[in-house]
Amino acid sequence: MAAMTREETEALIQEVLEVYPEKAKKDRAKHLAVNDHSLEKANKCITSNRKSLPGVMTIRGCAYAGSKGVVWGPIKDMIHISHGPVGCGQYSRAGRRNYYVGTTGVNTFGTMNFTSDFTEKDIVFGGDKKLAKCIDEIETLFPLNKGISIQSECPIGLIGDDIEAVSKVKNKEYGKTIVPVRCEGFRGVSQSLGHHIANDAIRDWVLEKRDGDDSFPTTPYDVAVIGDYNIGGDAWASRTLLEEMGLRVVAQWSGDGTIAEIEKTPKVKLNLIHCYRSMNYIARHMEEKYSIPWIEYNFFGPTKIAESLRRIAEHFDDTIKEGAERVIARYKAEYDAVIAKYRPRLEGKKVMLYIGGLRPRHVIGAYEDLGMEVVGTGYEFAHNDDYDRTIKEMGNATLLYDDVTGYEFEEFVKKVQPDLVGSGIKEKYIFQKMGVPFRQMHSWDYSGPYHGYDGFAIFARDMDMTINNPCWKSFKAPWKTEAASEPVKAVA
Amino acid sequence: MPSVMLRKREDGKLLFYVAKKDLEETIESLEFDSPEKWGGEVVLGDGSKYYFEPMEPAPKIPTTLQAKRLSEE
Repeated sequence: MAAMTREETEALIQEVLEVYPEKAKKDRAKHLAVNDHSLEKANKCITSNRKSLPGVMTIRGCAYAGSKGVVWGPIKDMIHISHGPVGCGQYSRAGRRNYYVGTTGVNTFGTMNFTSDFTEKDIVFGGDKKLAKCIDEIETLFPLNKGISIQSECPIGLIGDDIEAVSKVKNKEYGKTIVPVRCEGFRGVSQSLGHHIANDAIRDWVLEKRDGDDSFPTTPYDVAVIGDYNIGGDAWASRTLLEEMGLRVVAQWSGDGTIAEIEKTPKVKLNLIHCYRSMNYIARHMEEKYSIPWIEYNFFGPTKIAESLRRIAEHFDDTIKEGAERVIARYKAEYDAVIAKYRPRLEGKKVMLYIGGLRPRHVIGAYEDLGMEVVGTGYEFAHNDDYDRTIKEMGNATLLYDDVTGYEFEEFVKKVQPDLVGSGIKEKYIFQKMGVPFRQMHSWDYSGPYHGYDGFAIFARDMDMTINNPCWKSFKAPWKTEAASEPVKAVA
Repeated sequence: MPSVMLRKREDGKLLFYVAKKDLEETIESLEFDSPEKWGGEVVLGDGSKYYFEPMEPAPKIPTTLQAKRLSEE
């Protein structure tokens, strides 16, 4: 099927909206749009960051997920207490695959779940004493932790516990950074507000710890990688490229990151933002307070990597500019071989994406490098500025959907018939049962890394083994397939 | 009175960013824009108008300032 025209896409949206009651239809219509390159600003065509409609199946998370799961969780040498009932922490434990080095339970704590395990008694009488006891126990059992963050779950805000007071008392007692984060799940419309709250907590409780302390030796080539959560090793694949071109990566935020790195970040010369949505707040703050410029970059697929490396190099002198060219040249044979191998197998395949706040636009370049076409994309929790950036990346007249509902997404896939859907775990089995190849693009479907040149090879292999998997041909029972089916093509 | 973060874009244009409103727009015109006096009425890329208390001397950008929203006549 050829690419859809603008009219066809608009008709598709109308058709899908048909089942909703009048009021819901009006609301949802604002969140679905046809991409239009002539628009400069996204707010003319799509509404985002609004409350989800009651009754529809949204795919969003909560503020606690945004703070504990995304921003704070990967900081490996801190202990993050899921303060409240046990479930929030337990069901999100270690699912994100943000890799780190260290000995879990001794000096790193990434995959462990710490919770204050609220019961009825704590809701009635308040949980501050319990929190204080938790911190004492942590200090006894895990003395090598470098700090503690208290990630509030919904009840904390509802019963009005004073976690800030507990933090201050315990901070005096132990002399360690203890950060209260007010990321109760009910705040905001999605995990996006959790990111913002987490960024503000870093700003208020951690970032200024080493102001006025110049003992850290700096170089003119110091950078910080911000918003790379090291999913399946992503940050490592990015870091090697930056180091090869001559930069010194002082801090990783927050995949495989430590609190010491975060405290040192105000000393860097340039902040590199990968996930704009979750960490632009802190970058803006550092620009204002410490005059550190920041730029967005994209390490998915060779085209975008080369673009990004050159853009990063522009902020430095000629040695780094040469370094960038050297890195691009060095990996050229490698990625050309990947494209030569997989492009013939993937050429012309259509992809629909529905992911969080960055990848719906960032991975487009990587798919295009493989000759694939992204025909629909959408964000769970993006804001207007994300859609501003998306319009330019996406093809004209392609489908955009914000906070798509389960029903809409299924209908779109049925009508558009993409060759691959990339979304989260909740969508995975639905689409696989519908017979559509699917990649889980939040944690790379237990694969990765996908960043950098090394990651691109894995990305291409994964897309190929998903789309060209022989199982998709076995979907119909053999006696139901037509007798004169096309002869099986030999695989290249 | 939204608090506005101002920063320079790579091409030299001023960006006007209000986190709470997801508003990121370029500043198209500024009433007073000299090193001595800065502020006054601003017009954004989308046509909306805001007002900064004029300041002497001009603030160092990037910075966060309070702006008043002007109703459009």
